Amino acid sequence: MRNRLAVLLPAWAWLLIFVAAPAGILGAIALAEADPGVPPFRLAWSTAGFAMLVADDYYLGAFLTALRIAAMTAGLCLAIAYPMAMGIARARPDRRLLLLALLMLPFWTGFLLRVGAWIGLLRDEGWINGLLQGLGITDAPLPMLYTEGAMLVGMVHAYLPFAVLPLFAAMLRLDPTLLEAAADLGARPAVAFATVTLPATAPAAAAAFLLVFIPAAGEFVIPELMGPSEANLVGRVLWQEFFQNRDWPVAAALAVSLLVLLLVPIRLFQRLEARP
Amino acid sequence: MTALLRAEAITKRFGPTLALDALDLEIGQGEFFALLGGSGSGKSTLLRIIAGFETPDSGRLLLDGTDIAATPPWARPVNMMFQSYALFPHMTVADNVAYGLRRAGVKKAEAASRIAAALAMVGLAGFERRRPHQLSGGQKQRVALARSLVMRPRLLLLDEPLGALDAGLRERTGFELRALQRETGAAFVMVTHDQEEALALADRVALLDGGRIAQVGPPREIYERPASRFVARFLGAANVLEGRAAQDRFDCPDAGISCAGAIPADTVAIALRPERIRIAAAGEGPNTARGIVQDVAFRGDDSLVLVDLGGGATLRVAHPEEGGPPPDRGADVTLCWEAADVVPLPS
Repeated sequence: MRNRLAVLLPAWAWLLIFVAAPAGILGAIALAEADPGVPPFRLAWSTAGFAMLVADDYYLGAFLTALRIAAMTAGLCLAIAYPMAMGIARARPDRRLLLLALLMLPFWTGFLLRVGAWIGLLRDEGWINGLLQGLGITDAPLPMLYTEGAMLVGMVHAYLPFAVLPLFAAMLRLDPTLLEAAADLGARPAVAFATVTLPATAPAAAAAFLLVFIPAAGEFVIPELMGPSEANLVGRVLWQEFFQNRDWPVAAALAVSLLVLLLVPIRLFQRLEARP
Repeated sequence: MTALLRAEAITKRFGPTLALDALDLEIGQGEFFALLGGSGSGKSTLLRIIAGFETPDSGRLLLDGTDIAATPPWARPVNMMFQSYALFPHMTVADNVAYGLRRAGVKKAEAASRIAAALAMVGLAGFERRRPHQLSGGQKQRVALARSLVMRPRLLLLDEPLGALDAGLRERTGFELRALQRETGAAFVMVTHDQEEALALADRVALLDGGRIAQVGPPREIYERPASRFVARFLGAANVLEGRAAQDRFDCPDAGISCAGAIPADTVAIALRPERIRIAAAGEGPNTARGIVQDVAFRGDDSLVLVDLGGGATLRVAHPEEGGPPPDRGADVTLCWEAADVVPLPS
């Protein structure tokens, strides 16, 4: 009993200090009243911050945009991850490790550096526009950076491995003779994929979707650095409220709302993971 | 017999390994055919080539006279029952059986009656809504059979069909397979490593060795008249004695025995089945041997007696129960056999 406690104590202490306490402080600020002093709030039992989120469509819009972009990112990641996962799973066992290492290779570079690299590629004076103009294909720079497309490229690039890994594990578990049986019964490869591979890997696909969707919904850096200025995702709005408007109760209320909202997909993910 | 399937000089390599070496084979309409062999003999490769999962490097594969060697598996009128059964785990039994019919675009009403008939044929009516994980091994095997047979293939391939079943179920399932084969009139091609299974079920057996056919023929023929030492040893573990052929005689100097009979000049060894050798009171001359009983194993309807002939040669003798108690270990015995039971082996 004492040993058990000794093992668990650091973990509980960690959770208390770095999860429970900040969450408590966040909740307290969300219920506080805005005040022009330092710190910019006064502890109270006020629901003004939450009331503001409901009253102003701007915040609802921020949530919807964030959910839409997160869903698009997760969808694109799935579409790209399926063939990648299938390719890696079908590769010779000694090649698989290499391919997985290549998949994780971008993580060896800092996140901001990778975003910076995309900016270098996509901006008006960037490599792609330079190449297009140099070859005479276009005579003016194509506006690529600061578009929703650029934002999605950045997000997909950042989160793709999270989608590939669970799908790869599912593909590895998929019995290849099932696909042979499908072919034997008259299914062309595309039909066999749709009727056998897809249903058999559906739980993993849902898990992959959620693994991308959950962090993407609160993403701030990529929309800020690569997205259009009007793309007010909830992460960005949160930042604005906190640092520009210095309205901490509204910012905290936003953060609490996002957290509660994301509990739904997190719970879904846990249920998928718990399945046999 | 009209040929349904004909393999002509089929060769297949996997890297440096020659899996099939210019193999020729003919399978007739409605025939129950067994491809028998050990691991690495090429039997599974041949089955996968017939199914279309592997393409031969060279040679022709004719189905009804049409070369199908390059036809993909989904376009072949050939179906396969997999060793692991390969049932789709996310589908019910009925959906599994319906899978091929849906791909073929069979109308719903017709499909429903064909599915019901196929499940009834394998004795699984009433199991339509079950899922594969709710079935026993024997039931899964029947679903796999129904899923193939519902396609009404002219050629059904069976990969170790009894391999995953308990001993008790194997015999019954074997008889059922034969009944199904007669009922459907389809040709069945079965791969197995178990000679008893092949001999019991098939109309004809091909014994494969190193990517070539060692011998092909009806079970009784290849059992009684093995064409080579390999066949004799593989089927029923016959005694194979090396020696030299002389005029109407075959001498085995190691065993110190000599067999008289119709021995062709090219004979390099002889086969003697354990059940053809009798333990006699006394005797001399050709077709007899003397030795010391090394060990005795009771097998139910007979006892297997190992007799040491000296010179490193041992004979396996099956001593029937009705022949009285078997000799004791260490006993000095005389063995004899009929000249007609000596099988000359040319290779």
